[in-house]
Amino acid sequence: MMKSNLAAVENASTSEMGTVSDISSVVSPIKMQGKDVNVFYGAKQALFDVNLDIRKNQVTALIGPSGCGKSTFLRCLNRMNDTIDICRVQGDILLDGEDVYNPQIDVVELRARVGMVFQKPNPFPKSIFENVAYGPRIHGLARNRSELEEIVAKSLQRAGLFEEVKDRLDEPGTGLSGGQQQRLCIARAIAVSPEVILMDEPCSALDPIATARVEELIDELRRKYTIVIVTHSMQQAARVSQRTAFFHLGQLVEEGNTDDIFTNPKDQRTLDYITGRFG
Amino acid sequence: MNNHIVSAFNVELKDVASRVVEMGGLAEALSRDAVHALITNDVETARKVIEADKRLDAMQADLENLCISIIARRQPVASDLREVIAAMRVSNDLERVGDLAKNVAKRALAIETSLKAMELGVGVEHMSELALNQLKDTLDAYTTGDERTLKAVQLRDKEVDALYTSIFRQLLTYMMEDPRNISMCAHLLFCAKNIERIGDHATNIAENIYYMFTGNHLPVERPKTDELDVGRQNVPTE
Repeated sequence: MMKSNLAAVENASTSEMGTVSDISSVVSPIKMQGKDVNVFYGAKQALFDVNLDIRKNQVTALIGPSGCGKSTFLRCLNRMNDTIDICRVQGDILLDGEDVYNPQIDVVELRARVGMVFQKPNPFPKSIFENVAYGPRIHGLARNRSELEEIVAKSLQRAGLFEEVKDRLDEPGTGLSGGQQQRLCIARAIAVSPEVILMDEPCSALDPIATARVEELIDELRRKYTIVIVTHSMQQAARVSQRTAFFHLGQLVEEGNTDDIFTNPKDQRTLDYITGRFG
Repeated sequence: MNNHIVSAFNVELKDVASRVVEMGGLAEALSRDAVHALITNDVETARKVIEADKRLDAMQADLENLCISIIARRQPVASDLREVIAAMRVSNDLERVGDLAKNVAKRALAIETSLKAMELGVGVEHMSELALNQLKDTLDAYTTGDERTLKAVQLRDKEVDALYTSIFRQLLTYMMEDPRNISMCAHLLFCAKNIERIGDHATNIAENIYYMFTGNHLPVERPKTDELDVGRQNVPTE
């Protein structure tokens, strides 16, 4: 009797262990997809056959040395590369299965669905309120002033900035500290209810405290949005992301669960990069 | 592997590895000496083992501090992280090996007879040989990275367990035969158990080193027999 009980306990504990490892490999649905993406700046090729899935409600970190193509890939996701004349994109970028480079697509609407936060906080030279209200207003998301105020307040709250600025919404956004300005830009990005938020080195101009605030915010935002972040800080990628993609010389070398990439990367180049060795 | 851009990091990782090797050497020597002291009733050696264990404890504490400091200052990842974590774990096991050796040495002092001529002595010596070879193979693999050796160590642990079980039976018989044997046999039983535990630690170390080199775990399920199996045939299983 006792032996069989023991066996049952042992079986239970192995199956539990099985579940634990399953949790880390649970895959959420694909939100965006890059398929055979090649990007050229004039004659120079910047990305080579990149295939990468961006999963819903997860943070995907793009890492790699300068010039590896990670920002180029990020900018493909909401067609920011369109603004560069010599830039040519081949392959498919899909948002919910729909090609964002389809000529029928309204680029302005696309960028509302796929918002962006840049390296240096770039608030408009307007009041805090206007910075956040601008997007919803031009997209017609509010029917009247009170709806607009509600959107602004909610966005600032989600960006973790409301408490700090609620008494001075009329003051210029440029008067805030660097970290506050970056959170203002995040509030501005989420005010138009995007589905995906792209972040290009959002913390590189911030001090460690402001960085921690933004990282905490990224973790919160992931519940509602899908996030793609380009970062030079490996520790940041390890801290904030669930998926990590390593780019090198325009190629996607390796992508996978962040835990796996940082404990047991499969590719020697990934290992060399994340451990700080010569590539 | 040691080509970090920050060369001081290389130096620290090398330091960690060489300290593990040094601890391994000392733990192995202590275990051998303890077994020798037990079998030959060598009081002098037994005392030395008891004394030297303190050094092993101190080495373990130093190595742990070094590893903690590396984690805090350099945030190692991937193979570097595995190296540091493995060093901490292995040093813990080695420190425990030292404790077990010390305990054998203490009992060697208490027993006050040479086991050389006794049949029991042969059994204990044989098991010790096996357990200590397990430790030696494992520590060699820490330097060579030979995965096959590490797998073999894990599988061979059951041989040590089996020998221990037979010594256990033997000791039971002696104690039943003549109650005057009980005191010595009880000490010997603990000694045998300690040596068997040294084999277990060798297996732990092998598993950690395997993880360090490969990033993967050896299968956890390994055949396990112990003295509780003795007489199990008399116990209804259902």
